[in-house]
Amino acid sequence: MNSNGKYSLIFNGLFTIFMVAPLVVVIGVSFTPTGYLEFPPSGLSLRWFRAILDNPDFIDAAWISLKLGVCSATVSTIVAVPAALAIGRERFLGREALQALFLSPLTVPTVVLGIAFLRLLSLLEINGTFIGLTLCHAIIITPFVLRLVLSSVVGIDQSIEKAAVSLGASGWVVFRRVTLPLIMPGVVGGWVLAFITSFDELTVTVFIVNPSTTTLPVRLFSHITQTTDPLIASVSTMVILFTVALMLLINRFYGLDRLLMGESR
Amino acid sequence: MNRLASAKPWLLSGPALLLFLVFLLIPLVMTFLLSFNSFSFYGGIEESYGLGNYIEILSDSYFYEIFLRTFLIALGTTILCVLLGVPEAYILLRMRPFARSLMLLVVLGPLLISVVVRTLGWSILLGNKGVINEFLIRLDLISSPVKMLYTSGGIVVALVHVMIPFMIIAVWAALQRRDASAEQAAESLGASPVKVFTRIVLPQAMPGILSGSLIVFSLSASAFATPAILGGRRIKVISTTVYDEFLNTLNWPLGAAIAVLLLVSVLVIMLSWNRLVEKRYSGVFE
Amino acid sequence: MSFLEIKALTKRFFDMTAVDDFSLSVERGEFVSLLGPSGCGKTTTLQMIAGFEDPSSGSIILNGRNLSKVPARKRGLGIVFQTYALFPHMTVEQNVAFGLEMRGISGDDRRQKIANALDLVKLSHLAKRFPKAMSGGQRQRVALARALVIEPELLLLDEPLSNLDAKLREEMQLELRRIQQDAGVTTLLVTHDQSEAMALSDRIAVMQNGRLMQIGTPFDTYESPKSSFISNFLGKSNCLDARLISTGDDGAKLDVNGIQITGPAVNLLPGKVLISLRPERIDIVDSAEGVLPARVLERIFLGDQWLFRLETTIGNLLVVRRNRGRREAEPGETVHIAWLPEHLRILPQSQENVA
Ligand SMILES: Nc1ncnc2c1ncn2[C@@H]1O[C@H](COP(=O)(O)OP(=O)(O)OP(=O)(O)O)[C@@H](O)[C@H]1O
Ligand SMILES: [Mg+2]
Repeated sequence: MNSNGKYSLIFNGLFTIFMVAPLVVVIGVSFTPTGYLEFPPSGLSLRWFRAILDNPDFIDAAWISLKLGVCSATVSTIVAVPAALAIGRERFLGREALQALFLSPLTVPTVVLGIAFLRLLSLLEINGTFIGLTLCHAIIITPFVLRLVLSSVVGIDQSIEKAAVSLGASGWVVFRRVTLPLIMPGVVGGWVLAFITSFDELTVTVFIVNPSTTTLPVRLFSHITQTTDPLIASVSTMVILFTVALMLLINRFYGLDRLLMGESR
Repeated sequence: MNRLASAKPWLLSGPALLLFLVFLLIPLVMTFLLSFNSFSFYGGIEESYGLGNYIEILSDSYFYEIFLRTFLIALGTTILCVLLGVPEAYILLRMRPFARSLMLLVVLGPLLISVVVRTLGWSILLGNKGVINEFLIRLDLISSPVKMLYTSGGIVVALVHVMIPFMIIAVWAALQRRDASAEQAAESLGASPVKVFTRIVLPQAMPGILSGSLIVFSLSASAFATPAILGGRRIKVISTTVYDEFLNTLNWPLGAAIAVLLLVSVLVIMLSWNRLVEKRYSGVFE
Repeated sequence: MSFLEIKALTKRFFDMTAVDDFSLSVERGEFVSLLGPSGCGKTTTLQMIAGFEDPSSGSIILNGRNLSKVPARKRGLGIVFQTYALFPHMTVEQNVAFGLEMRGISGDDRRQKIANALDLVKLSHLAKRFPKAMSGGQRQRVALARALVIEPELLLLDEPLSNLDAKLREEMQLELRRIQQDAGVTTLLVTHDQSEAMALSDRIAVMQNGRLMQIGTPFDTYESPKSSFISNFLGKSNCLDARLISTGDDGAKLDVNGIQITGPAVNLLPGKVLISLRPERIDIVDSAEGVLPARVLERIFLGDQWLFRLETTIGNLLVVRRNRGRREAEPGETVHIAWLPEHLRILPQSQENVA
C-alpha cells in the first residue's frame, strides 16, 4: 500500500476544510444569542433552537417531509424491485430502453421535471396534494433504488437459485426464501438513499406544493430568500444532525461508499 | 411456456412502467406541447400552437445572457471539480482503510445533506460581512470586503461543493479497477511522484473524469437552489428564470419553452460528449 | 432398459450446436464421468438433464420416466454446482434442511435425515455455521449433503472440485467416491480433469465438440483410445504419422519415416495412419536390446519420475521413467529405446481408412 506524501496530506487537509466549512458555519451560527447571523457566535445559546418550537410551520414541514420520504421511498421500492429483477435477469426486446426510461429522471433537468409535474398535477386537479407529491417524488428517486437493487440482482450467482429449484422450490418460494434475502442489502440501501433524496428534494417540490403540504426544504428555501435570522441556521442544524445520524446508521449496516458508488469493494 | 416467458419481464416491470408513463412521459410531452401555446396577461394560456415563445427567447439578448451565464457557470464548476476532485480521489485511494472510510464520510456525506442547508452555509461564508471577508479584513489582506455573494463566482464555489462528490465517485470507480503495481513499476523505473500521477494514474482515471464531468456539467447547468439563494434576483440562470416565469409572471408557455431549450441543450451536450468519449476511448477501456 | 437413458440429445443455440446427438446409458448405482475440454458441451448436457435447459431434440428417461415434460423442481435430482451455490444467508443445517422442507418433511424425520447427511460428509460439528465462515472443501461437502439429503435418484456434479487447490482436490476425490458409494446413488460427474475422471468413475464418457467420442472404463479408455484426440486428452501420448503397409493375424507392419516397425493387428485399410505410444511404455535399454537409438534433448526431474525428451529418426518422443534413485542419461547423451509391439496403438488418421 502506498502512502500519501506531505503535499498530498496538505491538499487533503485543505479539501476537508472546504467540504466541512459551510456545515460548521451553519452549526456555529445556530448557537448565537443575537438576532442576526454571526460567526463565530458571540456566545452559546439555545435561543434559536427554542424558537423552532414556536414555529409550528417548520415542525409541520418536517413531518410532511418525513412522511413524504417514507411513502415515496416505499412506493418506489415496490415498483423498482420487480423491475430490477426483470432488467437484471431476463433477456428481452426493449430491456435497455426500459432501463434507460427508469434511469432517465437522473438526466432530465430537475426544473424541467418540476414544471412537467406541475402541469400534470394541475390538469388532474391534484396539485399540492400529498398523493401527487408522493408519486412525483417516487419518479425522481426510483433511479436510485433501481441502481442499487440492480447491482445486487446482477451480483447473485444464478446457480444458487437453480439449486433451490433443483431441491423442489417453486418460483415464489425461490423468490421469498432465496432471492429476496440475497438482494435485501440492495433493497434497504436503495430505500434509505431514496428516502434521503426525497427528504432533501427542493427543485421539483417547490413547483408542486401548496401551503398545506410545504416540505422542509421548501420552507427553508422560502425563509432564506425572504429573511435572514438564525432560525434557519438552527433548523438547518437539526437537518444536518438528522442526516448525519442516518448516514452513520447506513455506514454501519451497508457502507456509505457502497451505497453511493454502487457495487465497488 | 414460451409465451409466458416473454411476458414475464413486462409483468414484472409493469407497475414501474405505468408509473413512469403517467407521471413522466405524459407530463414531459404535455410540457413540450405547452411550450408552443401562447400566453396573454389577461387571458392566460391560449390553446393555439406556434413558435412564438421560441422566437421570443432566441431574439432576446436577455435570454442569451442567461443561457450563456448558466453554461459558463456549469463549465467553471466542471473544471474546478476536475482540478480538485481527481487528486482528492487519488489521495483517498491511497489512504489506509480506516482513514479512508473516515474521509469518505467527510467527502461523500455532504452529498446526502440538503443542498439548501449547504448553500445557506456558503451564503454565511461569502457575504460582504461574511466569515471570509471578516477574516481577510482582520488579517489586513484587504481593506474593504470583496463582493462574493450575488456573483457568478460565488455560485461556482458553492456548486463545486455540491457537485464534487459526483466527480470523486466517478474517478474513484475508474481508479479502483487499476492495477496499483503499475505505479510501483513506474516508480522502480525512476519516475517522480508527479510523473507517476500524470503518466500512469491520470490516463487510467480518464474514463472516470470524462463521465464525472458529464454528470457535474449537466447537474450544474440545471441547478436551482444554489443559484437561487446565492444569485438572488440579479444573477439569474435558466432554472431560476423558469421558476420566475411559472410562479411569479405565470407565463407558463414561455417558461416551458425555456425549460425545453434547457433539456434539449443538456441532451445534445451529453450525447455529443458520449460520442466523443466513445470514439476516443473505444477499445482502450472495456 | 438402463436406469438413465439419454437418447440422441441435441442442443442448438442459434447457429451453434452445443450438444450433438448425444446418447448414453447409465446403470443404477453407477458413477459415470463426462470428460472433455472446455466448451465441449458438458455443462449444457448436465443442464438439460437437470431441467434448466430445454433440449432441441432427443429424450432423457430416468427410471422409466420421461423427463422432458417434468419441470426442474419436480425432477428430484441432486445437483452440486461448480460454485457450490450454497444459500449464503442460511446456516449449514438450514441449507441441508431446505430440500426436505420443500418436500414437507418435518419434525424428527427431518432432524434425523439432516443428522445422517451431515454425518456422511463429516460436518456434524459445523451445523450452525454460515457458509462464508467455511473453507472451500467444507463448502463442497455442505453442497453434497444438501444434494444427497433429498435421496435423489440421480446425482449431478458439475466440476465440483475445480475450485479447490491440488492437494485438497485429491483428498476430496477420495471422499467423494466414498460418499457416493455409501449413499449408493447413481452419479454423473462433469469434469475436464482426466485424472479426476479416472480416479472416480466406473466409466468415462469423452466428449468433443458436443459429441460423445468414446465411452468405457477408465482402463479401457486409457489403453485403447479410439482417436489421437482421446489418447492425448487422457494422459500423455506420443503421436506420430505412419503408413500402414499391411495387417494380419501376425500383426501390423508399419513404416514410420522410413523405419519399419510392427504393431498389433488392426481393423484398418492400408494407408496413412497415426500411431500412439504412451511415454511410460517406452524403455531406455542397453544398445543390444534397443529398437532405435535416440539422443537426449532434455530431461526434467519430477520427483517420483523423470521426463525425457528424445530425438529419434521417427520423430521426437516423450519418455517417462520411474525414479529408482539411479543415475539417468544426461542431455546430449545417446541412448537406446525399446517398446513392446502390443503397446503401440494404431489409429485412423481420418475416416477414410476405417475398414
Ligand atoms: N446460453 C447459451 N447461448 C449460446 N451459446 C451457449 C450457451 N450456453 C453455452 N453455450 C455454448 O455452448 C458450448 C458448450 O458450452 P458448455 O457450457 O456446455 O461447455 P462446457 O463443456 O461445460 O465447458 P467448460 O468446461 O468451460 O465449463 C460453448 O461453446 C458455449 O459457448
Ligand atoms: Mg461447464
